[in-house]
Order: sequence, then structure tokens, then C-alpha cells
Amino acid sequence: MKLSPKSREAYWAYALVSPWVIGFLIWTVGPMLASLFLSFTQYNVVSPISWVGPTNYTTILTGDALFWQSVKVTFTFAALALPSGLAVGLAVALLLNLNVPGLSVWRAIYYLPSVISGVAVAVLWQYVFNPRFGVLNWALSLVGIKGPGWLSDPKWALPSLAIMSLWAAGGGMILYLAALQGVPTALYDAAKVDGANAWRRLRHITLPMISPVIFFNLVMGTIATFQYFTNAYVMTQGGPVNATLFYNLYLYNSAFRYFRMGYASALAWILFLIILAFTLLIFRGSTAWVYYEGQLRGGKG
Amino acid sequence: MAITEKATGPARRKTASVNRLSGAGRALALTALSLGAVAMLFPLVWMISSSLKPLAQIALFPPQWIPTEQVKVGVGGEDYQLYDVQLDGETRQLLLVNKVQRVGTFAEPDDLSRTIEVDIRQAQPVERVRFRWENYVEAMTAVPFGLYVRNTAVVVFGSMAGMLVSTTLVAYGFSRFRAPGLSALFLLLLSTTMLPSQVTLIPTYVIFSKIGWIDTLKPLIIPSFFAGAYDVFLLRQYFLTIPLELDDAAKIDGCGVMGILFRILVPLAKPAIATLAVFHFMWAYNDFFTPLIYLHHQRNFTIALGLQSFNAFRARNYDLLMAASLVTVLPCILLFFFAQRIFIQGIVVSGVKG
Repeated sequence: MKLSPKSREAYWAYALVSPWVIGFLIWTVGPMLASLFLSFTQYNVVSPISWVGPTNYTTILTGDALFWQSVKVTFTFAALALPSGLAVGLAVALLLNLNVPGLSVWRAIYYLPSVISGVAVAVLWQYVFNPRFGVLNWALSLVGIKGPGWLSDPKWALPSLAIMSLWAAGGGMILYLAALQGVPTALYDAAKVDGANAWRRLRHITLPMISPVIFFNLVMGTIATFQYFTNAYVMTQGGPVNATLFYNLYLYNSAFRYFRMGYASALAWILFLIILAFTLLIFRGSTAWVYYEGQLRGGKG
Repeated sequence: MAITEKATGPARRKTASVNRLSGAGRALALTALSLGAVAMLFPLVWMISSSLKPLAQIALFPPQWIPTEQVKVGVGGEDYQLYDVQLDGETRQLLLVNKVQRVGTFAEPDDLSRTIEVDIRQAQPVERVRFRWENYVEAMTAVPFGLYVRNTAVVVFGSMAGMLVSTTLVAYGFSRFRAPGLSALFLLLLSTTMLPSQVTLIPTYVIFSKIGWIDTLKPLIIPSFFAGAYDVFLLRQYFLTIPLELDDAAKIDGCGVMGILFRILVPLAKPAIATLAVFHFMWAYNDFFTPLIYLHHQRNFTIALGLQSFNAFRARNYDLLMAASLVTVLPCILLFFFAQRIFIQGIVVSGVKG
């Protein structure tokens, strides 16, 4: 059998990308269809699947207080953690961009906490937040503040996790710093000639020029909030009184604690739609305040 | 990637000249940075300090930062605690030999028969700095830690091998070949990065449970052999920066399709491949959700899962928990210090994976 060079090339291409194509069929297309089907059923892995129609969806949306609680918790967390993480990360990046000595040392210190994550960090912060002998309440007591019960206080549990998330603000800082260093010097020179002071240069040059990175980070951050799991599972188990029942934790509980696979599949699809809607919404809204300097520069610096 | 490389290069200096600071502004910036740095390192120092304390000092408020122990002196085969005793305005170091309610009987260290009775409130136990390294031994032996390490290594490096091989092949296919439908496939691949993993989670779990892979390490390894969209995208973009002339030269020298990949592209793409490997390590090593779902018996636990069960089981033992946590994060910290460039460039290129 003789092949033309063109079809030889095509065969090679298909062969090379086949691991992804096969994986896509096995791990994405198949499970997506199955999960869509399961979301209209009752299924606990052991007994047979029974078709229940849209009951799961109607129950979730109209009769499930925990679902709404988990949506509220997730969005509240995003509203607390993302802007403060942005502020801290950007502030540090701006400071580091001021030609301070020892840039690489500062950068390493601020970035270090965000490279460690997972259970160990959750265990550490559990201890930091301990109301009786935690180091946070000690630090507050130095300035005469009596700290709250943090994770054990329904009012403070979610803010606690948001404070903890600031420890990882260094990841965003690295992105902002790279973006800041990409802003053309000529713009600042021109602004200076026009008499713009430091604040105006920040407001009218720096922020617009790095707005694509800020925007990208906020979108990814919002999506990541819907994947938030480890800290909530390890530190609070969703409590106290569901104050930290993140969406992903509720989904986990439905599927792997109560084995309501159909119900959890419906939760997963609702999650998908929320993320999709949210992403489209901010992408559309972004044109109002994100500045793209030519098509090719958009996004990731 | 080019942008971060300028961090210490010419562009950096150019920006700097614009933002040159006056003396006061510089001092202010450095003060702010120092305060922030203290806040950043605070929890880590606390973690190290606590991991070396005796349990009794764990719940002290205000906390004791330097771990200590009471000094004991052995006399005639018995240990006595050493105290600073206030006597007539001077402080003497004596041993406590007996205590009845508030009254302690103290003796000279070199002569136990010379005793004196003093109100215990006038005496302070003598302490000396001591790091309890045995906390680490205890934390590592209270659970089958060696087994956790082995399981974690199998998962992390097994899945890494699968990820690297499959990603390299697929990225090569998407960057160097033309075929009908290939660009449509690539768009499809990109679109999957937006898909939340929960949507496929439950059927995937059901499949693994039906084929008997629950409570084995396979669900944590095998899916990596099918090239993730994000990794493919990153490596493909890197391959695209390598000039096609090199491929042609290799072809003339007699390299086949695979020869071009392994002799030209892979060696040149080492920085990108290293980035993928490092970020995969961090992700797989710290992953908690997947092991939690698929692994049930302690003998199959990864380090992350083992630490969580230790935490749930010994919630009050913060001395041992901090020791175990520190050991757990140590590989990540070491990797960070040895591969800092990769981390800093990698996060800029990839955004937020990991």
C-alpha cells in the first residue's frame, strides 16, 4: 500500500492526537452524557437506576434549602476573597515594581505560601485560628482586640477561610508583577510630560494596561471558588450550621456520603450552567472596563 | 514567558528609571513589604515552632515561641526538678525534693540533706531550650507513613510519566501536522478547559467502581495517560515557537517523524516540559479530592489522605500534627527553592493551574 505524502501526514496527525481523542471520548463525552442521563434518575450505585424525570432539578431549585445555602456560601466567599486577594496581590506587585532592592528575595517570600497547599495547610490554619490558643488571637490580643471564635463561629467561619486565602495571594502577585513589567515605559514618560502625578499614572496607565490580567484572574478565581473543597472538608466539614457549606462540598456529600448519584449529577449540571452563565456574563461585561491593546495582546501577558 | 525573563533584565531597569523612588518613599515601600513578609512567614514559623514543642506548651496562651523543657538534675539515681528560689533577696538554684500543698522542700544540688522549706510561689522552675525532634519520629511512626510515601510516589510519578508521554505526542500532533478536521479537534480540546470536572465526576466514579478499581491507585494514575487539554495547549504553544527549519534539517539528515520529535523538539522544549512536570507534581502531590473518593483503606492512602485521617484522629495533638504537616509540605518547599524560575515563569504562562 502506497500513501501520498499528504495522507501519510494526516495519518500521523490522527495517530499522535489519538491519546487525547480517546481520552476525550472515555473521560469527557461518555461521562457527560451519562451524567446528564443520571441527573434524571435515582441511583445509589448498588440498586438499579430508576428514571424520575426532572424531579431532581425541581427539588433542588424549589425545595432544597441546602442547595441555596451552598450557592450563597460560594458566592459570598468569592465576594470576600477575590477582591481582597486582588488588592493584596496587586499592592505587593506595585511595591515590588518600585525598584526595591532584593526583588527576587521579596518575590520568593510572598510567593512561597501559595506553592504549599492542601491538607497540611488546612491543618496549620486550623491551629492558627484556634480561638483559645491560636496565634491569630494572640496577635490580635497584642493590639488589644479580643478575637472571635473564628472557625467555630457561624458568623466568622467563612470570613476566616477568606483571610486564609490571602496567604496565597502571592500567586496573583506574580501575574500582576509580570504584567506591570510589560507596560511600555514610553507611556509613563508621556504622562509625566503632561504633568500626571503618581496616582494618575496608576489610575490611567497602569490599571488599564494590566486590566486583562486582572480580569483573567477574577474569572479564573470565580470558577475556582466553585471547586473549593479541601479546606472546607478538613477544617469545618461545612459547619458550623452550614456556614461553610461550599457548593462542591454539598455535591460531594450528596454523591459520596448519601450516595444520591442522580441528585448529585443534577447538582453538577446546575453548577456547569452557573459557571457557564457567569463566565459569559463577565466576558460580556468586560468590554466596558478591560483594555486590550490590540487583539493579540489580550489575556495572559 | 519573555516578559518574566526581563524581571532582572534590561526592561526591568527601564521601568525602574520611571518609578525611581525618593528616600522617604523607598523607606515606606520597604517598611510595607517587610510587614507583609512577616505576616506571610508568621504561620510557617509558628508551624516550625509548634512542631518542636512538648504537648504541654501547645495550648499555652500567650504562646511560647521557643520550645523549652524543665531542667532536671539526677542525684542518687533520682531526678529532681531545678528551681530558681528567691531567698532573702537573692536567687539560688535548688532542687525540689518534696511538696506539700503550697510548701516546697528544696535542697542544695550537691547536698540533698541541706533542705529548706519555701512557699512554692517564691520558686520558678528552671527551663532550658529544647527542640523535641522526637515529635517527628512519633508523627512518622504513629501512622504507616512509609506506606503513604510509597503510594504517593507511585501516584505522582506514575501519572506524571503518563501525562508527559501523552501530552508530548498530542502536542506534537497539534503543532506540526496538517490533516482534515485537526483544527476543529484543537478547538474542541480548548473548549474542554472550561468544563468543570464535577460534570464527569459521578459517571467516572461509577465506571471505576464497576470495573473494581475502587480502593486501588489506578483511578489516580490511568486518566493521566490521555493528555489533559491544558497541558497540551501549553506544550503546543511552545512547540510552535521552535522554527520549522530545524525539522526540515533533521528530515534531510534522515530523521523520521518520531526522530524529529525526540531529537529536535523535546530537547528544545525542555523548559516547557519541566514546567509541566513541576506543576503536575504540585497538583498530584497535593490532590485530596480524588484520593478521598477512590481510596478507602489506610494501606492505600496517599500522604494527603493520611494526614487528614491523622488530623481527624488526633485533633488535639498539634505538636505531632505540625510535625507531620511540615514533613508533608517540605517536598513542595524544596521543589520551589530549586525550581523557582520554573514556578515563576510557569504561573505567568499557565495562569492558575496547580
